[in-house]
Amino acid sequence: MAEPTPTHTRPRDAALGTGAGRVLLLVYGIFAVSAGARAGVQIATKFSEAPLAFLLSAFAALVYLAATIGLAVGGTRGRLIALTSCSIELVGVLVVGTLSVLDQEAFPDATVWSRFGSGYGYVPLVLPLIGLWWLWRNRPGDR
Amino acid sequence: MNGPLSTATIVVALLLGIWYLIRSALNRAPGNTDLWAMLGLSALVAVLVVVAVVGLITGDRPSETTTFIGYLITTVAFAPVGFYLARLEPTRWGTLILGVACLVLPVLVLRLQQIAEATGG
Repeated sequence: MAEPTPTHTRPRDAALGTGAGRVLLLVYGIFAVSAGARAGVQIATKFSEAPLAFLLSAFAALVYLAATIGLAVGGTRGRLIALTSCSIELVGVLVVGTLSVLDQEAFPDATVWSRFGSGYGYVPLVLPLIGLWWLWRNRPGDR
Repeated sequence: MNGPLSTATIVVALLLGIWYLIRSALNRAPGNTDLWAMLGLSALVAVLVVVAVVGLITGDRPSETTTFIGYLITTVAFAPVGFYLARLEPTRWGTLILGVACLVLPVLVLRLQQIAEATGG
């Protein structure tokens, strides 16, 4: 008889399984919650002022949430989710950052990604890089 | 909201945060002193939030009262959550969790100050 395999094994690259990964998840979680709460308040109270910026904030919050979950669970699917959302974050912070510096009219109210995340201590610029580095360091078939 | 209590909270949180970062860099798990220090900071923040709530009841309300209350809840919960998570992670990374929590707190207090300044008429 074969050994009974446990039904719920956590993939080895799940960030939830290591201390450093847990810190990464904590920071990602803080960003998901803060961006989400801010977008929620903005959309609920003054949506007409800057719909583009507020929808962008809400989108950013969803991407942070997806990255948090993807990094946490790991495995093939988790890696795919995390890779996609970290890439969107990096492109987002670079594109929106550049646009907000060039054309301030289009972004009258700050989003997480405005001015490369300067309102958030540039953490939005660094966070996707750390996320991608995490995925690279824990890539499969390299142990 | 802009009194010496806020300033003291920000300074203490920053100093503690730097302390935890150094401890984490030196590969130290959170010790008893570290955890008690975090509880002390939690108490300081709790006093600050109580003062702010009393101010909400008796004095001028900020124009964005809902946001202000949201930030108050987040702020008062932050250090205890950091403490709880650090207890779960008895490695250098637990110390880093304390450090991250301490470095986010000043931002929360500064945001509270910004919102409190815009009082509704």
